[in-house]
Amino acid sequence: MSFLTRDWRYGPLPRKIETMRIVIIGNGIAGSTAARYLRKRADHELIMISGESAHPFSRTALMYMYMGHLRYQDTKLYEDFFWSKNRIQLLQDWVTKVDTATKTVHLSQSAPLSFDKLILATGSHSNRFDWPGQDLQGVQGLYSLQDLAALEEWSASTRQAVVVGGGLIGIELAEMLQSRGIHVTMLVREDNYWDNVLPKEEAQLIDRHIEAHQVDLRLSTQLQRIVGDEEGRVKEVVTDGGEVIPCQWVGLAVGVHPNAALAQSMGLACNKGVLVDDYLQTSHPDIYAIGDCAELRQPPPGRKAIEPVWYTGKLMGKTVARTLATTPTPYRPGIWYNSAKFFDIEYQVYGTIPSRPAAENTLLWQDARQWQSIRLHFTAAPPHALQGINVLGVRIRHDVADKMIREAWPLSKVMTHWAALYFDPEMSRSLTPALLDAYRERFPDAPIVPKKKRQLRDLLFFKP
Amino acid sequence: MADHTLSLTPPSDMSAAQRISLGVLGLGVLLLLVGSLAHPVALPGLWAHLWAYGMLLSLIGGGAAYYYYRFGQGPAGIRNDGNFHRSATQPWGAMAWILGLVFTGFYIILYWWPEYLHSLIALVDPLFQHWFGRSGLPENTGGYYNPWLAYGLLYSLAVLVMGIRFLYKYRHIRYQQVRTLSVMFFQLVFAFVLPNFLAALNGQELYFHYFWPLDYDVLFPSSVATLTQGPAVAQFFFWWALILAVPGTVVLTYFFGKRWYCSWVCGCGGLAETAGDPFRHLSDKSLRAWQIERYLIHGVLLVITVLTVGLLVNWQWSFLPQQWAEGAQQGYGFLIGSVFAGVVGVGFYPLFGSRVWCRFGCPQAAILGILQKYFSRFRITTNGGQCISCGNCSTYCEMGIDVKWYAQREQNIVRASCVGCGICSAVCPRGVLKLESGPTTHKTVIHIDRDEVKLLEP
Repeated sequence: MSFLTRDWRYGPLPRKIETMRIVIIGNGIAGSTAARYLRKRADHELIMISGESAHPFSRTALMYMYMGHLRYQDTKLYEDFFWSKNRIQLLQDWVTKVDTATKTVHLSQSAPLSFDKLILATGSHSNRFDWPGQDLQGVQGLYSLQDLAALEEWSASTRQAVVVGGGLIGIELAEMLQSRGIHVTMLVREDNYWDNVLPKEEAQLIDRHIEAHQVDLRLSTQLQRIVGDEEGRVKEVVTDGGEVIPCQWVGLAVGVHPNAALAQSMGLACNKGVLVDDYLQTSHPDIYAIGDCAELRQPPPGRKAIEPVWYTGKLMGKTVARTLATTPTPYRPGIWYNSAKFFDIEYQVYGTIPSRPAAENTLLWQDARQWQSIRLHFTAAPPHALQGINVLGVRIRHDVADKMIREAWPLSKVMTHWAALYFDPEMSRSLTPALLDAYRERFPDAPIVPKKKRQLRDLLFFKP
Repeated sequence: MADHTLSLTPPSDMSAAQRISLGVLGLGVLLLLVGSLAHPVALPGLWAHLWAYGMLLSLIGGGAAYYYYRFGQGPAGIRNDGNFHRSATQPWGAMAWILGLVFTGFYIILYWWPEYLHSLIALVDPLFQHWFGRSGLPENTGGYYNPWLAYGLLYSLAVLVMGIRFLYKYRHIRYQQVRTLSVMFFQLVFAFVLPNFLAALNGQELYFHYFWPLDYDVLFPSSVATLTQGPAVAQFFFWWALILAVPGTVVLTYFFGKRWYCSWVCGCGGLAETAGDPFRHLSDKSLRAWQIERYLIHGVLLVITVLTVGLLVNWQWSFLPQQWAEGAQQGYGFLIGSVFAGVVGVGFYPLFGSRVWCRFGCPQAAILGILQKYFSRFRITTNGGQCISCGNCSTYCEMGIDVKWYAQREQNIVRASCVGCGICSAVCPRGVLKLESGPTTHKTVIHIDRDEVKLLEP
């Protein structure tokens, strides 16, 4: 009786096709999204397997569980009844092997499962770079619920911690440990925090913010080795400068790599990740790979072959669902976007922002006291078509940013409609005057008259 | 090697100034508790004044200073660390139980055995005599205890001190600053100073920011008679309440949503937003709770509407026995006005969160909610595909709305119960939510479902 509960916004019912069994390995955001959209469009039997958790939850919320902002159940994507109501069978078990010849999934506890189509959404593993001592007790990454449980256990006996890595997980770990009163030293290989992604000015703003939160930030510093005590627990780390930092816990947050071990054991073509074509299909026609574990053979322009981020997992899940339920659909992620939060500073990026932007491509405004920064990136030649937006401490409206970049708006038009882009809470300080000053200083010969009203409706819903 | 006691709470790194401010706040609480348990009635006038003013100043001054040191220093940001670890604020924590029992017990005594509040009434009496020439003691009221003066003072103090806490805690968000100043203003002026002043003038406490059906008895026949035949200010009040109840509510809700009242003006909302802030994450977000909510709140609205109309009709063409009419009136006052709004509504803050009454019972909220859902420019906009499903928005929604359900589907949130406090937007770590008013034609549209519309069909 699915027609009774169907959402009619999504158009006519798909053509009735023979139902098949689709097994999804991994219940992260990629697998869960695939399952939900498959159910939306088709009547197939859906089974989602995860060894990590009984129900899909938000991996990005691990830090909030630790800090006591949320409990595990608050991070579940939906209430538990959602999955059975939508006939998505959840199975908590570890996959031991997959037989591609007989199309069977073998599990460590449950009986083997046959499948018609298989979706691999096995995610990532934390990187380790063969540091001496990296297998000592109290040395770990942060990726899974199990990692969080380990951290919780070690926290009780930790007063000083060292976090290795200047990326998104590193800064989250620092914030988490600080919230429990644990002193954190952060070792960052680069000259500034995450400056292989962030332009220097933004990266330095974050450096200062990290220090304002009393984290001992060591830039241009690498881990040389980790030293344990006689019981095998970490007691100190040694940096490349020879400095010894005592600690009872070490977080390795130096990136992730695709979890492709299962795919390799199945004989699927793999490089770093599971190789997939435009339709997210692996080298086996009935097996697909999505999310962190997938590696695109030919990434779309401006995108990477492996993108271990939440939004990519979600978009791939939606794409593969459409392919399997109705029509084969190539993966077209559109304009890049991402977001993060560095302690108290929110970060959003839309489009392309190189980490070393040339001066003629960029317009930068910063207010260091308010921890705010706006960077517009555009083509050097007039009319300076917009290519990317980078903001710290400022919220930007996704629809509008997407449209401006996709349609390559000239900078003057972007500035004219700046108010429509702005998504900060009502009554927040207007940044229009400050930004206009920066624009006029840069382009004194191209006067513009900013629209006061947001005129969102005209921008988004009607053709100009 | 390890000190396990440090595992769940930050080490006590309070500065000397913070310790002193905590001490002053503690002195205020002590003066209040000792005073309301055994107030030395025989204290000569000067000492009684000193005691009362000392309590007042140390509560306000100590509270303001303590929260300044706790939230007002260093970089500003969301400070919810440990909410699910501390026993006073975690679900069904030991301290939460104790607080819940104390609050509930206080309300039960307040409503039905005010004579046991003798010491509390006596403690604050010098203040009311000094400020307004009013008293709640039997020797001045003609033989009964009036605990509502003391209650009003404690209520206002809670909104004031916890309002200062809120102002420091959310000092980086101007919407929260303005909104909190607004509820503090309405509590202090419209709910405390003005009614006391008017009562001193002509014997009637009038609350200009309450109207039917929250102020249910304003349309009961006895009040209609008293007000319309009373002094000019009472007549003005009657028509003011009527104008606000009908055209006022509709127009304001059309432009601003329910928030213009529930989280900017209302006294119940004011207490929930300030004193209730530490408990906002305790509200139940399940679908089941939402189903119960819709039956209960609209049920209460139905009952008070039928009751009010019935009583007014009965006033004209009396068809009910007098004791039935009085019984219905008293029954509503007991069950809804006292038990639901007071004992359950505030007493259960530490157990069910701060908006139990507003969410499940308030008929005013029910009317505003219907208007908000079907006839308002207000919505919470979801910012494209940026949601990471973390759950902060749902968890910190005091009204128990599962905000994440909508946000992760890239849908705007249009819900009758949303009071527009803006905390979902504040705690969102990815800047996904924005409260705003806009054209009603695009209010609920899924404006950027990337799968269906744009990205896969370029």
